[in-house]
Amino acid sequence: MTPDGPGQQPLDSLPAAVSTRPVRMGRRVFLGMVALGAGGVVFGSGVQKIIGSALGSGLGGLLPGGDRFRIYTITGSFPVISREKYQLQVTGLVDRPLGLSLDDIEAMPSTKLVKNFQCVTGWRVPEVHWEGVRLSDVLDAAGVQSSAGGVEFDSYDGADTESLTLYQARLPDVIVAYRMLGAPVTTAHGGPVRLYVAPMYGYKSLKWLRSIRVVEQAEPGYWEKNGYPVDAWIGGTEESGNQSAG
Amino acid sequence: MRGSVGPRRVAINRPADQRTGLRSDSNPGDGRLLRFDRVERAAHWINALLFAILMVTALPLYFTGVEALVGRRELIVQIHTWSGIALPVPLLISLAGSWGARFRRDVRRFNVWMSEETRWLRGLGRERLPELDKFNPGQKLNAIFIGGSIAVMLGSGIVLKWFRFFPLDWRTGATFVHDVLAAAIFVVVFGHIAFAVTHRDALRSMFKGWVTESWAARHAPRWLQEEKAAGSASDSTSPEKLT
Repeated sequence: MTPDGPGQQPLDSLPAAVSTRPVRMGRRVFLGMVALGAGGVVFGSGVQKIIGSALGSGLGGLLPGGDRFRIYTITGSFPVISREKYQLQVTGLVDRPLGLSLDDIEAMPSTKLVKNFQCVTGWRVPEVHWEGVRLSDVLDAAGVQSSAGGVEFDSYDGADTESLTLYQARLPDVIVAYRMLGAPVTTAHGGPVRLYVAPMYGYKSLKWLRSIRVVEQAEPGYWEKNGYPVDAWIGGTEESGNQSAG
Repeated sequence: MRGSVGPRRVAINRPADQRTGLRSDSNPGDGRLLRFDRVERAAHWINALLFAILMVTALPLYFTGVEALVGRRELIVQIHTWSGIALPVPLLISLAGSWGARFRRDVRRFNVWMSEETRWLRGLGRERLPELDKFNPGQKLNAIFIGGSIAVMLGSGIVLKWFRFFPLDWRTGATFVHDVLAAAIFVVVFGHIAFAVTHRDALRSMFKGWVTESWAARHAPRWLQEEKAAGSASDSTSPEKLT
């Protein structure tokens, strides 16, 4: 844009005959957009909350920038696993390796959670309803050996992996989920069974859960290898993770 | 005045016509005006290509149905991110040097609005069209919006790409800004394309550079006057004329 300030020579070389009143509209619009954008980055989270609560999750999710899930898949397509064929393997440093069907999982004591789903890159979906089995119950059913220190997960997509320390895996709001948003977990959301790690960013909540492997020390998972932090507590610490997920 | 000589001179003064191999008799008796030089056309089309890549790769990143078909999120993210980071480069290069003089002049035209132009725009075209400069208010607004969008999308995109360096609330805000502005960009870009394909003369000038004088007389009369005045001004300063 032109560097000269107001009160200097007339703008450009516009013919004087037709000029009514020249305005530096371009610069105003440009700077206005930049200011709105910067304001949106700093305050947009609050604005979005207000819009979301005013419109409800249904309508709010339809608007651009609304409270909605962004579905990620790292392979070419979603793996489709039927309810009947689904099996969850529990292996590694356990006394009794398990192969659990969906019926087996649903027969275990269930836990319901209502928590925000928070992505590390910023998007969040408030107050998502979850239902599943505590991971600690699944681990207890298999009998974790004393040498164990971590848990690794892999996915039916054949590519995604995740891991937790044994301490993290035993937290009460870490579940093997089969219901989400008031219905069975859909294929897009990682159904029929996925992990939900409430106090951590979304990438820890591995989709299309295929196996749970108890190990001495867990390897970082797919997203951590692609630059996401291994320490995934929402807000940076365990305490803040539990608060903001509440 | 040398007005009668103007049209011929303008036509002859356009080596771009010869370079593109256009026959000068395609508009018999009608001069041509250079609307966009090579630098501006190159900047426009490279920018358009990057926008196309960004908009296409945005679809699976946002829409579940498209993500289900495409997948491969890391690859899509990489293409999207680096195209975004590259976005200002061709524009800045084409504006920078001696080659960018015309482009810089046009950017100044986007900036300066006559009060009747703002009135026309506020009336959404209901009021009588003012005597137009090289660009009408809608075209100016489109150009400014694209410039502003590049700045805002780049800024919010940087927060999303290098999220570790920003507080969580900013990341959420950046997602909000990036999504809302993306929706606006889709509307504006498709509007721009719709206007382009329904205005063949203007569209041709983005491929070949020139418009006819009769087109300019109808759509950009003040610009035509200006070009003619500039033509005769350069005549009057030529050595022969100084004596």
